[in-house]
Amino acid sequence: MLVSQVEGTLSRSPVLEIKNLHAKTGDKEILRGVSLTVYPGEVHAIMGPNGSGKSTLAQVIAGRDLYQVTDGEVIYDGKDLLELAPEERAQRGIFLAFQYPVEIPGVSNLYFLKAALNAIRKNKGEAELDAMDFLALVRQKMALMGMDESLLNRAINTGFSGGEKKRNEIFQMAVLEPRLALLDETDSGLDIDALKIVANGVNTLRSPDRSIVAITHYQRLLNYIIPDYVHVLADGRIVKSGDKSLALELEETGYAGIDALVEVAR
Amino acid sequence: MTAAATIPALAEIRRRAAELFEARGFPTTREEEWRFTNVSSIGRARLPIAPPSAQVHSLRAALEQEPEIIEEHLARYASCESNPFVALNTSNFEDGAFVHIPANTIVEEPVWLDFKAVPGRTTHPRNLIVIGAGSQIRLVERYTGAGKYFTNAVTEIVVGQNAVVEHIKLEEESLESFHVATIQVRQARNSNFKSHNISFGGGLVRNDVNAVLSTGCEGTLNGLYLTNFKQHVDNHTALDHAAHHAVSHELYKGILDGASSAVFNGKIFVRKDAQKTDAKQTNKNLVLSENAVINTKPELQILADDVRCTHGATVGQLDQEALFYLRARGIDKRDARDLLIYAFARDVIHRIGVAGIQTYLEKALFSRLIDSRRLPEVTS
Repeated sequence: MLVSQVEGTLSRSPVLEIKNLHAKTGDKEILRGVSLTVYPGEVHAIMGPNGSGKSTLAQVIAGRDLYQVTDGEVIYDGKDLLELAPEERAQRGIFLAFQYPVEIPGVSNLYFLKAALNAIRKNKGEAELDAMDFLALVRQKMALMGMDESLLNRAINTGFSGGEKKRNEIFQMAVLEPRLALLDETDSGLDIDALKIVANGVNTLRSPDRSIVAITHYQRLLNYIIPDYVHVLADGRIVKSGDKSLALELEETGYAGIDALVEVAR
Repeated sequence: MTAAATIPALAEIRRRAAELFEARGFPTTREEEWRFTNVSSIGRARLPIAPPSAQVHSLRAALEQEPEIIEEHLARYASCESNPFVALNTSNFEDGAFVHIPANTIVEEPVWLDFKAVPGRTTHPRNLIVIGAGSQIRLVERYTGAGKYFTNAVTEIVVGQNAVVEHIKLEEESLESFHVATIQVRQARNSNFKSHNISFGGGLVRNDVNAVLSTGCEGTLNGLYLTNFKQHVDNHTALDHAAHHAVSHELYKGILDGASSAVFNGKIFVRKDAQKTDAKQTNKNLVLSENAVINTKPELQILADDVRCTHGATVGQLDQEALFYLRARGIDKRDARDLLIYAFARDVIHRIGVAGIQTYLEKALFSRLIDSRRLPEVTS
């Protein structure tokens, strides 16, 4: 663990603790002992080459049953996360911004988001929002993301451009106000204008009681979302951790240098 | 005997229908048209095939008051020869609805025809709907009941030139019931007819929806079937492009759960002179259980050469990616599942031009999905 991390967080307990996590899909082991601790308010970036297990890590935390956890544990808010169904995780404040947001024809964005928000509020013991209050909230968050209101009445992600889909993910995050947000390659495929909007949305949502784990293949995102920590994931393990300068280092050397680290880790 | 017997020509038709049914009886699965639907249980159920004593309804009254128009149309379209259940109805019907709209009349409010079955009985509702040229109407036929019974309905619809008719059939029979229905449509030139055939209930259900299109007509046959437990729902449709420049659209969607089964058979005939026909048929099925079975079969017979006909059928399961996406936002697994099923059914429901029925069907769909988890399995 990094010294600065320990110093800054002595009095607090972590929001997420991943310990020696192993996960496989079918016979293929993808995560081979990931350990990561995230404290409230921190922004962590996880970088790594394609196929290193970045997206798998995000999906396992969100509860996707495609992956089987074979060893290790994930503690969220002091409790065993792996016992919970995906919806229970979301209701307790975990949010995954999908790398490939799913198109769901026939279900409007508005209906979906209202159902999601009310499920989360119900879990917190809060009253459901009525239609008027909900719409007011949604309008405010749409403005933040520079989104057109007509998007609300369209089916979820259906016919959205790649940029609109990613923006819609962050818009959902803004409405649902999670405690832990996992951004899975939210920057990939975005042009610079869209990237700025998405990053601005994320930055607006940074707060002392919200943690963000941003998974990315490219350093570019980290020019706009400045991370507290950068980790390199390779071959199913975190092989190197550092501060934001590690991302710049990777940008210069590429992932070629990672192979040596993987060898050492083995 | 019935009022219908007072018209000699009709009495003769009914006598022949009785003979036909007598000679042929119920169809068997050896017949191609009934291959996947075994109706022998209707006979074994020992429900009396002849109807109970008649109540006075409009068709009966109309037989006395407007015999000319009845004689012109009744039993002239639905074929006793090709469907024994039509013969059975034609020889036994006592009553039903007669809807006659004169030319150039717009009927603003939808007309509701409600048929509530009596347990232990067989009924043969017979409806005749005659819509004058240039008129416009929306009709709802709804079938409900409790317990074990057999409903064998025939509806003949005559759509006048340039008329616009929307017909909605809501089949919400009991899970122990037998429900057989034929909707036979004759469209005059440049008319527009839409059918929405919704099957939510019934133990053994067979629908035949047949439309004959003249020049310049538009014909739409849409359907939605939701089956569970041991239900069997068979939809046979036929769009007969009898003349040139007619357009037809067909969308049937099915949601199958439990040990239920369903059949979709969609015929499109394009007659030799029916040039410039444009016909599109789609059947999509969502299969929620390993024990559910769907048989889907398009049958296109095209005798003209300058036409466009497309058809497609799909059978799929719930999209697991979509299910996870909804759950990852906090929506319970059951709610997420119901939402995806609703999303699948939605475009059929939303094609119905009566807003109240859209809402009604959405509620009925959700409550059936919820009930299916609560109720013990119903055997039929």
